[in-house]
Amino acid sequence: MDVSKPAVELTAIAKSFGAVRALSGVDLILEPGECLGLVGHNGAGKSTLMHVLAGTLKADSGSLKIAGEDVSQAFSAAGASAHGIRCVFQELSLCPNLTIAENVRIVHRALKGFGWKAKAHGLIRQKLDEIFPGHGIDVDQEAGDLNIGQRQMAEIARAFTITDEPLRVVILDEPTSSLDAVTAKQLLTFMRQEVARGVSTILISHLLADVLDHCDRIAVMKDGKVVAERRAGQFTRNSLVAAMGTTVEKKNTPAAGSRKAAISAARAVEATPQTAPKAGNLVVHKGEIVGLAGLAGHGQTRMLIQIFDGARKSSALTRVEGKVAFIAGDRQSDGIFNLWSIGENTTVSSLEDLKRGPLIAAEREAEMARDWKERIQIRTPDMNNNILTLSGGNQQKALFARTLGSKADIVLMDDPMRGVDVGTKLEVYDMIRQEAGRGRSFIWYTTEIDELSHCDRAYIFRDGAIVAELGPDELTEDKVLHASFAESA
Amino acid sequence: MDALVLNRKTLRALLPLFSLAIVLFATFYAQPRTMSYFGLNLMLQYAVPIALATVAQMFVITVNDLDLSIGPFVGLIGCIGATYLHDTPLLGIAALVACIALYAAMAALIYLRNLPSIVVTLGASFVWLGIAVLILPSPGGKASDWLKAIMSLQVPVVPFPIVAALAIAALVHVGLMTSAYGVIMRGTGGNPRAMARAGWSELKTKMAMYALAGVFGVLSGLSLIGLTTSADAHIADRYTLYAIAGVILGGGEFVGGRVSPFGAVLGALTLALAGSFLIFMRISPDWQIGAQGAILIIVLALRAIISTGEARR
Repeated sequence: MDVSKPAVELTAIAKSFGAVRALSGVDLILEPGECLGLVGHNGAGKSTLMHVLAGTLKADSGSLKIAGEDVSQAFSAAGASAHGIRCVFQELSLCPNLTIAENVRIVHRALKGFGWKAKAHGLIRQKLDEIFPGHGIDVDQEAGDLNIGQRQMAEIARAFTITDEPLRVVILDEPTSSLDAVTAKQLLTFMRQEVARGVSTILISHLLADVLDHCDRIAVMKDGKVVAERRAGQFTRNSLVAAMGTTVEKKNTPAAGSRKAAISAARAVEATPQTAPKAGNLVVHKGEIVGLAGLAGHGQTRMLIQIFDGARKSSALTRVEGKVAFIAGDRQSDGIFNLWSIGENTTVSSLEDLKRGPLIAAEREAEMARDWKERIQIRTPDMNNNILTLSGGNQQKALFARTLGSKADIVLMDDPMRGVDVGTKLEVYDMIRQEAGRGRSFIWYTTEIDELSHCDRAYIFRDGAIVAELGPDELTEDKVLHASFAESA
Repeated sequence: MDALVLNRKTLRALLPLFSLAIVLFATFYAQPRTMSYFGLNLMLQYAVPIALATVAQMFVITVNDLDLSIGPFVGLIGCIGATYLHDTPLLGIAALVACIALYAAMAALIYLRNLPSIVVTLGASFVWLGIAVLILPSPGGKASDWLKAIMSLQVPVVPFPIVAALAIAALVHVGLMTSAYGVIMRGTGGNPRAMARAGWSELKTKMAMYALAGVFGVLSGLSLIGLTTSADAHIADRYTLYAIAGVILGGGEFVGGRVSPFGAVLGALTLALAGSFLIFMRISPDWQIGAQGAILIIVLALRAIISTGEARR
């Protein structure tokens, strides 16, 4: 291994998904035998960058050098592996129907011919023993039969096994998210040992203490760029959080006073997360807009679904007064009906009110569609066109119209602004405020901290529990980030 | 707790064997004279083509697809085997190779255009049938003598169909369940994204699996006409459902790359026997398909009960 050249050198890497710029010119250098910490808020581009480095996504532009060799022209997952780059992805990559030993074979082309199974066995068992002494994993078990922590351990150990290909860089994307404190410590200790042996690692984690204590250098990403990069010793928890956030600028936030009048004392929803029944509960009043925040995937969507279910069948943990409606953030899978027209997509929640006798009155349905086209300004010449003729933002508007047009008292929103342009967002924000003024309650999960300024209050989620409640004057990026990241690892 | 889990797993793995044993003993009970070398040979003679078609289907199910064209495909192979392969062997072999290539091409179409496999294979089934009717408009043709010779092979003690079926299962087991490349094929069914991330081409794997399905479809068709000595375009129409049922009876699952070659072959034997059993029970042919369906439902219900127990632990 050539020690004089950087293990990995990324220059001006850019990547867009449609109109969304995930990476806008990232420069990053990883020295041999160095541990680089990579931090940033949701959607900062960390995972996309790692996919580019692992060869599973192709960058639109920019250059990628591994040990001084320019590989940007033809790079693939197999090529990355041949150059000694291994990645433990955030969403685990084991095949559940294969045993752990068989899963090792998948990443090692050299494991074949007679006796490959015995070799794979030896490799993974030895590595598991080395990294996680006392792991208790049977490598002949199918991956699907292991619990998530064991799967994560197996996948990490797999990334460090060596056959004929060199081991140069290991990327660990949230490796400790399913590990308990003891195994997490084992992993981080092992990681330092490997670094001392000359392997470079990239550690992505939202546990800032882990990153501060175990990395040599820390790079902070924001909006698809590296915005700060220093030795780990030069960061503190506070300066790291500050580097991740924007300079807080006041937006056209509505005066809190004007909204207060609209909120009644009556409670619309009371719920305690099933995942953490002891930590704290959530209360929503009639006419209130309540935000759910925190890092993505920490129980916010589960809370929304719990409330949704609670409206049909109340439970000890959930009490809901009134009808609920759900606006999906993942339009493609949970929101639109692909084959239906815009009008049909808009009216489907209100069909009960559009009936004449047992049948749907076509003219009333068309009237409702026309009405909402005006009110929410869906940009289409004809509501009878297929929903897919609309842009993403306008599809989302149709979903808003579907919900607002229904008789729901409580509207649950699952990060509904994903991929929606700024103009549409502003229109929708206005509409949410108007509807809240009429007594509807909104529970709004958002990954964009700016959007919280439209909420009256917000709950911060971490590991499935509500860890903080922030009032209207506390909804700053700084406070939200502080509450989102665990105090201690 | 571990012992219990193991028990349930073993139980589920043994279920195909139990179902076969039950149907076998029921047949012996209904008609004791079948409990002989000759009786078994007669009852199970069609098990070989069914087992081969079932294995073909299993390859497709391994990569999370479903092949609705295997029956008519076997019929087409039968027609080619009874005409070209008999009259002009070179042309016949070329035609069979072309059929296998078409199967692989079907996989490429399904993968590249992101089409549902059931739609493509359903469409293909009419194509196979159409070609078969063009080749052999009315039942007839002649199977080659070597095919007939192979299929009427006599082995001592254990009837040939049983030996052949177990040999097929063992061969496929080694290839799919224990070989290094078999892991890649099953992994593609289990988690295609993980396979792509490890640098394996899903397109290549799918094409390989469909090509293997084609190969076993060809073997099924040839072994079938080796038994019947002549062919008909519709000779194997029922095989499509037999093959799917056999895989599922044998413990395979529609998605997730969980399949079992031994199970699939046992499932095929069970279905072949169930036909004879129902005849001995004097159930009219009109009701036979329904009765076979009932057997399938019972076995699947048993499996579901075992699985729920597993999930509840």
